[in-house]
Amino acid sequence: MTGGQIIFLLVALFTLGSGFMVVTTRNLVHAALWLVATLFGVAVTYALLDATFLAVVQVVVYIGAIAILFIFAVMLTRKDMRDQGPQMNANWWIGALLSVLVFAGLFFLLQGWSGLSKTAADIPAGFDSIAELGNALVSPTAYVLPFEVASVLLVAALVGAVYVAFNRK
Amino acid sequence: MVPLSWYLIFAALLFSIGLFGVLSRRNAVAILLGIELMLNAVNINLAAFWRYGDVLQMAGQVFAIIVFAVAAAEVAVGLALVISVYRRRNTVVADEINMMKW
Repeated sequence: MTGGQIIFLLVALFTLGSGFMVVTTRNLVHAALWLVATLFGVAVTYALLDATFLAVVQVVVYIGAIAILFIFAVMLTRKDMRDQGPQMNANWWIGALLSVLVFAGLFFLLQGWSGLSKTAADIPAGFDSIAELGNALVSPTAYVLPFEVASVLLVAALVGAVYVAFNRK
Repeated sequence: MVPLSWYLIFAALLFSIGLFGVLSRRNAVAILLGIELMLNAVNINLAAFWRYGDVLQMAGQVFAIIVFAVAAAEVAVGLALVISVYRRRNTVVADEINMMKW
């Protein structure tokens, strides 16, 4: 086993463990903090995949904005259910069964695929993935239209969120 | 070198954990936490396919960035709905939010 594999396994175990804590912890503030740990593990996974820009955006957008938004929402909906009643609904075992079945199905599908044991080719010398990504996002021959549609969607969703959560009095 | 299958199985496991959270938690905010885990698992797959496929084609990373934007929009609207429901009904338990149930 090489060093890269050991690092990947450690990161994966950490991420999956904190992901499991997110869905099982009783205290929601703790669940949101475990989510931060999971997102950080995913950011390290991006770094292992040489997707450096994605790793930075993961930390800035996911941990810096989305996870903090979750913590705010948990605090605004206090009187939370920490002490009263179960955190899982009565059919939680059906959910567990379904997710095990989904994993088994995905695993079965992956088993039959020939490209599975592929290893990554070296990145060509002088290849700057961040510059390439920036060019691809604004180039008319590449992805400028999906990029603009995503930004319009984001504006519309945020205006809608302000409208929905607005307190009319 | 880590083979592609390790990343795909890791992402499948993270997706299943998120699915379990979505299906079995009672708190609406906790359900949104599960959705975040599922979106992250998908993003790992996109980044892994970019790295193990043709590195010169940026489609995988571009798609992952658009998923980031959609996830931010989804969280903003979802949490606004939860806060709005909490203000009117004083609950965030998904079973008790049944105004539109017949």
